[in-house]
Amino acid sequence: MLGVAVSAAMLLDMVMLSTGMRVSLRTLLLSRGFQLRLAPKGTLPFDTDATIPDASNVIRVLRTIPEVSTISPVLGGQLHVTVGTRTITATALGVEPSVQGDYEITQGRPSARPNELVASDDFLRATGAKIGDTLSAASGYDPQLRSFTGRRTFLVVGRARFLYMPAEHRAVALPIATLQQMRGAELRDRASLFMIRAREGADVDTVLQHIQAALPAVTAVSIETAMRQVDERMSYFRQLAFILGAVSLAVGFLLVTTLVTVSVNERLGEIVVMRAIGVARSRVVLQIVIEGVAIMFVGAIAGLGLGLVTARYLNSILAAFPGLPAAIDFFVFEPRDAWGALGLLTVAGILAGIYPSWRGASLPIAITLREEAVG
Amino acid sequence: MSDTLLTAHDLRREYHMGDELVRAVRGVSLQVERGDYVAIVGPSGCGKSTLLNLIGGIDHPTAGSVTIDGARIDQMGDGEATRFRLRHIGFVFQRFYLMPALTAIENVELPMAEAKVPREQRGRRARELLAYVGLGERHDHRPAQLSGGEQQRVAIARALANKPQLLVADEPTGELDAKTGAEMIELVAQVNRDGTTIVVVTHDEDLAHAARRVVHMRDGVIVDDRRQDAP
Repeated sequence: MLGVAVSAAMLLDMVMLSTGMRVSLRTLLLSRGFQLRLAPKGTLPFDTDATIPDASNVIRVLRTIPEVSTISPVLGGQLHVTVGTRTITATALGVEPSVQGDYEITQGRPSARPNELVASDDFLRATGAKIGDTLSAASGYDPQLRSFTGRRTFLVVGRARFLYMPAEHRAVALPIATLQQMRGAELRDRASLFMIRAREGADVDTVLQHIQAALPAVTAVSIETAMRQVDERMSYFRQLAFILGAVSLAVGFLLVTTLVTVSVNERLGEIVVMRAIGVARSRVVLQIVIEGVAIMFVGAIAGLGLGLVTARYLNSILAAFPGLPAAIDFFVFEPRDAWGALGLLTVAGILAGIYPSWRGASLPIAITLREEAVG
Repeated sequence: MSDTLLTAHDLRREYHMGDELVRAVRGVSLQVERGDYVAIVGPSGCGKSTLLNLIGGIDHPTAGSVTIDGARIDQMGDGEATRFRLRHIGFVFQRFYLMPALTAIENVELPMAEAKVPREQRGRRARELLAYVGLGERHDHRPAQLSGGEQQRVAIARALANKPQLLVADEPTGELDAKTGAEMIELVAQVNRDGTTIVVVTHDEDLAHAARRVVHMRDGVIVDDRRQDAP
């Protein structure tokens, strides 16, 4: 029974793994309701350091498309904060605080003025700063002069959880205009990414087509496009999950077949006597198959619990890979997955019980009784 | 006018045991009248249990025929023979073979459930049968909680569940002590007195003595067949 439970646990884990990252990433991308993203031509968002020029014009064009509801420009960069003799470097996101979709405030408030920023736990821990503190930060470094450039003083107004970054990551968010100014001519009126929310009821694919037509110099991707690309990149995980899941199912099937076979062999006398007193062969087979399914079912229920525990453990290991957003899970439990695994196991239990039960119920009654009497 | 329930004609049963051909039954003909009580006796290996299996329709003869109440059971397929046994033949085995997971009453109900007797009706009949065999108070005991004699009583009640015309019993006292065996002999005789035709295979002289007719077998053939006065 333990073997069946382990096999069921592994099957559930593999079903969860095969869809988990996809579901998790999709949930993450849609978490703030932005269905479309614009990235520099030929790239995915933040795939390279490339930026989109003439950002204000892009916004102006996007506003002419009636189905577009919200536009959130994002500029990526770095911020260097000097603390005593140390320099702390953090990922900086320039955003429009009122429409941003990159972080959630966990304490304090969003930035309201050009010199205000919100920061991650890890950044605040590293700098020793608290909400209300002032920090001197630079956005660039000149290697020839060995000095920081674009220095400004910021007021820390909030603590934030950055949705697309690892849990332990130094990150800050500040108004996009401030970051553009700090980087000077290099990034004036540029953005790394635009996140776009379509109006309620609008067809996202239609909006995508309108954007592509209006802005041919950028790459527009919908969630579905992004997911297709993720699917291509993550096909290894799905194949691995499929193979391991199939192996688990096969092991469960063989275990139940063995258990049912042993059970049938131990009860041959009972089985042939049932046949002798007039119980139909199909009824005998059905009863034994039900026993096989019951074994599989009990094992599966135990396995589901075990599978959830092991999935959580494995997820904690995989989620610790560097660079992964904290919100990404490899194993996502969905009731549909549990029902799917349970259904597969039930079918396997039925199939596993059919052969030994049919064999038992088809034995010649008189010969079997004689052998039982001798045995 | 005779009222024949069972006719076995020139029955033969051969099977292979390794390379050896065993001729267990070698041309047995037998008629059993309705309401009769026949004991088949003989030394071990003489073919009496094989003959009983052929009569009971759980084995197929190599040659010959078995007719019960006008039906040729030797010509029936598996499904038809199973349905025939369910309605017409009751079986009692030496080792009882009750279903260990079922209670006494559930064991008795089993053939009736298979025969699709309504639940209430079969519960009532199962209780009556358990009372008839002297186990009125032990409905809900499982086989493991019953003595050998009690288990055999449940087996007899199960065999009578669908009111069979013929009850076949293979060494029904074989695993019982003398006192319990004597009680079983009386119960089987009572079943016969109440109208059920009985064919029993036994080594037990007392059981054979209780029958109205004793058939002696040796080497697969009937060597003696005589009626005796009821004790």
